[in-house]
Amino acid sequence: MSIEIRSAPHIKAPKSVETIMRHVVWSLMPVCAFFVFQYGLSALASLMVVTVSCLATERLIVRTGTQSGDISDYSAAITGLLLALSLPPGFPLWMGAVAGIVAIALGKALFGGIGFNVFNPALVGRAFVQAAFPQAIATYTPSFLPGRFHEMVPSSMTLPLMQPAAVADWLKAKHLDALAGATPLAKWKFEGILANADELLTSLSGHMAVGPSPALILVCGIYLAARRFMDWRIPAAILGSAGLTAWLLFALNDVRYPNPFFMLFSGGLILGAVYMATDMATSPVTPKGMWVYGALIGLLTVVIRYYSGLPEGVMYAILLGNAATPLIEKITQPTPFGKTAFALLGRQKKGASYSLHPGYISREDAGAVTPRKRFLSNKPKRDERKKPNE
Amino acid sequence: MSTATNLSSTDRWDEFMEGVWRQNPLFVMVLGLCPALAVTVSAVNALSMGLATTFVLTCSCLLVSLLRKMIPKEVRIATYIVIIATFVTVVDYVIQAVSLALYDALGAFIQLIVVNCIILGRAEAHASKNPPLPAMLNALGMSAGFTLGLFALGAVREILGAGTLFGISLFGPHFQPWVVMVLPPGGFFVLGLWLLVFAAIARRKQDKLAEAAGHA
Repeated sequence: MSIEIRSAPHIKAPKSVETIMRHVVWSLMPVCAFFVFQYGLSALASLMVVTVSCLATERLIVRTGTQSGDISDYSAAITGLLLALSLPPGFPLWMGAVAGIVAIALGKALFGGIGFNVFNPALVGRAFVQAAFPQAIATYTPSFLPGRFHEMVPSSMTLPLMQPAAVADWLKAKHLDALAGATPLAKWKFEGILANADELLTSLSGHMAVGPSPALILVCGIYLAARRFMDWRIPAAILGSAGLTAWLLFALNDVRYPNPFFMLFSGGLILGAVYMATDMATSPVTPKGMWVYGALIGLLTVVIRYYSGLPEGVMYAILLGNAATPLIEKITQPTPFGKTAFALLGRQKKGASYSLHPGYISREDAGAVTPRKRFLSNKPKRDERKKPNE
Repeated sequence: MSTATNLSSTDRWDEFMEGVWRQNPLFVMVLGLCPALAVTVSAVNALSMGLATTFVLTCSCLLVSLLRKMIPKEVRIATYIVIIATFVTVVDYVIQAVSLALYDALGAFIQLIVVNCIILGRAEAHASKNPPLPAMLNALGMSAGFTLGLFALGAVREILGAGTLFGISLFGPHFQPWVVMVLPPGGFFVLGLWLLVFAAIARRKQDKLAEAAGHA
């Protein structure tokens, strides 16, 4: 028996990137299954095409040998699934493929591959198609349409580079209101109609286009957090801050602003908070930073939803949060043991002259200044320093 | 860089190709980005901008080269700017007279040619040190490279952003325009893409040269 001797930390059960990513994919499976049950063939095709385009792009880029990672680490699969879940189910498949390619190539590979991306790749892909095809991405179809397992939404099968077929006519032929496809947020913003709790939570009533079921996502998120594959602080901070902001505004003016429950459970806030904002490469690692990051995203989401021309703001809020992550990490660095938070601001203690000794100042640190003589009263003698080697 | 007045034809070709390929202002030196991102919404706009820049660059380099011994060193930049501004004014009025629609499309960017760093850079780095013929060849090459770069950007942005090239429809009436391509971010995306392509070609060429040197 060989005993490996090594210094701390001794990790008993290593969690590799691949393990974590695999569990995230598993936890997404129920959400995807319900999404397909809700929207039928179109949703299934969309999930498959977007995921395959992500995987193919990843494989192609890894093959060039410029970066590590592979499709077997499941990270590209997560990007694909999340991207598909955040798009309308009847989104033209060729646009979905474009979104997948942009997500991996622009959102991930250009920054250096897995672990180096600054922005959540799925959201980069979604932001690109949002900017490129603003009409298609706002065209939702109601959930639980009759015959959804026999035929696809006509816009799904659009030929590449061509305009999607008009979904409104197709819905009219099914004796549905042309506006039935509006999302709850768009309905509230442009028509002033509030969806009720049942519709939002499970989307079982089928009158509205609510994306993947928030209740199911929350359950899956709780599983992930319980298994420690995800930090619970980020979703808690996002939902807390969005809920609090929405509640404050609702208390101020309950005619103009919807109730906080509607704010929390409509649109992509739950999906974004649980699965997208918690991407490990793009969120802060410090516990305090996670709270700041989540609070920022929640606040921005509510602000964009209420005061901008767009009905939904989760995507931009998370991307802005991603951009702020390095700064948040910098200002929330934990203080080392034995120091107070203000140690760096105040005067150095007298006995701590070792940190100013030129021998201890890193030669690589360009900003390192050789201190003046008076700080070096207790400097060790030259021969004293050499002693251990001889 | 040859300074001899009697250039051989390969030298001339080298002088010209310097700007088109090895020192391409847009894809190698990454200069003149302001017009490159702002007016390349369509191929026509990009080409006109390239031609306007060609005129200004060639004429001002020629004049600077002719006057290079008379211009006092202390005020040379100001002198170059006056020369460049003169030709920019000419181009400005010519485009206004030829096509008002184009003039509106290019907007302030015609006047802004005056601060295009390619032109001042060429005047300072090349024309002021070389006789008229090489200076003009170099300026022509640079302008050709810049025009080529603008056209590469404008063509992709027009094809994806409107489904047309030079206003001719390529994909029929059902084409879905990529709105982002005619917006400023589209300019950055396409420029990045071309930079990637050019860097890849340059690297491949370098690898081949290194391989050939290894075999020799």
